[in-house]
Amino acid sequence: MQTDLSPLATTQPLPQASRPGLSRSKGWWLNGLLAVLLVVVMIWSVGIGAVSIPIPDVLAILLKQLGWEVGVVEPQQETVLTVIRLPRILLGVLVGAVLGISGAAIQGLFRNPLADPGLIGISSGASVMAVLMIVLQLRVFSDLSSLSGLYALSLAAFAGAVGTTLLVYTLARKNGRTVVSTMLLVGVAINVFCEALRGLMMYLADDAQLRAISYWSLGSLGGASWEVLQVTTPFLLVPVLLMPRLSKPMNAFALGESQAGHLGVDVSKLKRNVVILATLGVGVAVAVSGVIGFIGLVIPHLIRLVSGANHRTVLPGSALLGAIVLTLSDLVARTLVAPAELPIGIITGMIGAPTFLFMLVRGAGRKPYTEN
Amino acid sequence: MLEAQHITYHINRKILLDDVSLAVRPGELVAVVGANGAGKSTLLKTFSRELTPTQGLVLLDKKPIRGFSALELARRRAVLAQQNPLAFEFSVYELVMMGRYPHFEGHPRPEDQAIVAYALERTGIARLSGRAVPTLSGGEQQRVHLAKILAQLMDADELNQSGAPIRQPKYLLLDEPTTGLDFYYQHSLLEVASELTRRGYGVIAILHDLNLVMQYADKVLLLKEGKALAFGKPASVLTADSIFKAFHLSVQIIHQPELDGPLIVHTRQTSPVPFPSPI
Repeated sequence: MQTDLSPLATTQPLPQASRPGLSRSKGWWLNGLLAVLLVVVMIWSVGIGAVSIPIPDVLAILLKQLGWEVGVVEPQQETVLTVIRLPRILLGVLVGAVLGISGAAIQGLFRNPLADPGLIGISSGASVMAVLMIVLQLRVFSDLSSLSGLYALSLAAFAGAVGTTLLVYTLARKNGRTVVSTMLLVGVAINVFCEALRGLMMYLADDAQLRAISYWSLGSLGGASWEVLQVTTPFLLVPVLLMPRLSKPMNAFALGESQAGHLGVDVSKLKRNVVILATLGVGVAVAVSGVIGFIGLVIPHLIRLVSGANHRTVLPGSALLGAIVLTLSDLVARTLVAPAELPIGIITGMIGAPTFLFMLVRGAGRKPYTEN
Repeated sequence: MLEAQHITYHINRKILLDDVSLAVRPGELVAVVGANGAGKSTLLKTFSRELTPTQGLVLLDKKPIRGFSALELARRRAVLAQQNPLAFEFSVYELVMMGRYPHFEGHPRPEDQAIVAYALERTGIARLSGRAVPTLSGGEQQRVHLAKILAQLMDADELNQSGAPIRQPKYLLLDEPTTGLDFYYQHSLLEVASELTRRGYGVIAILHDLNLVMQYADKVLLLKEGKALAFGKPASVLTADSIFKAFHLSVQIIHQPELDGPLIVHTRQTSPVPFPSPI
């Protein structure tokens, strides 16, 4: 009588997994494609600027750096490429990657596809510290173009990011658990406070300081150099390399904290790791290049639209696409009004905000945060 | 054996559970029944370690459940929750694969893929495996989560020799598992659960349909306002008297020789107030 209740007679041979590798192979394809695209974009954009360098010459110069002499290399082109363009492109790639992957990770942490690293105070904290330093004119900051001034400013911004994030995180903890919705709301309040503080500093600032503040709060890769890269690369690379290792627990986390726990995920450890890595990555990125908006918000969204929600694809994909988009945005920023430069935050904001609205209208972000 | 000993659970001086004990042995399907707010889900959450009881102990194989790592526990027991929030649009296949997360590092092994394929077939959702979970109906989503917990506890031996007893007892905790399921799949789900108990799983299920309890449960715990009202075989626990005590509802128990068990039917004549005020 009850045998017909089994949808499958257990004596049948085991079914082959109907589409076991569906999302996986799609993810591999997507990320492979993005990796190739990134290399192409890097080589293409490194040749464009006030001194135009054709792609064959770019390749010849790059090969020469690696020790292979291929054809004749023009010294002027070589200098422009190796001293100015290459570190800037590399910094753009690293900053874009870290902003993209941190955005994806924080959206996973908040279980909200509209979350952004800025939400929990990382960008805010970083920029308010930098602005404070600029206006209060501490001695080390008197000459911001000097390397020590730049480092000190970056350090202050990084410290601000860490401090604010820890504050948000601590305030949102209750009985040893982090209530994610509280964390979001506290983040909002801290953001408002930082904004007010920055407004006050702008009110107090003189003309030159105002310029510095606006340049810095809109973001730029203009500070790139090999020295800057040398200092920041480890901090930018660590989150990019470690976060993909969290993809499995982050997938389970999408089911809510209790269900992730049932699946064996150490939930507090996961939350701590995501916050630390995101703070490190975005803090250093903001410190070295100012506030560059919308990369962390829009990029993971685009990846999800194509590949689905699996973090195994979304995390590396967001790093790759973030790097591509920031490299291209910087290309526009430094060529559009040449020889002057636009702050890169203007470009990403102008592309990002309409994309974001388009996603909202299309319903890609329709699922609000639910807490159980 | 998975057992809760003298569990009391307070929250802000409100007593949700008052000295409740319950044990499930391998091979048993234990039902928990009671009115809304009787403490059923709270009891299940102490079993799953989601809540720490104010007093009392939960033991797995005679060892306090506190002492197990999250991963050890995930391989021994699976939980079907009442609510299943999902933040992103995972596909059915990806979600069921999450059940295998406690078993592999990095990429799923062939056996994980085979187990997921089996769980998808067993719950009748194989044809939906490429669909995004939020686009499915409530009942279909419930079956996806059932497939996930089946996949979570299964191992390759069970797959290769179907019907063979398992090596280590494993436990399913089901919180209103039939929610949203149609008539066919309500029975199908409990058939799956019974089949697992025959293989040596222990199952605790919160159920609202007392006739399903009569038909499928080996034992039943009747809760009222956080206290155990009765425990034992369904036919002896679910009497007209105890059901009236727990639910304020008059019922008749009908015995028909051609049925598997007694049938519980609400009698309207003797119970004129459909929504009694809580006491």
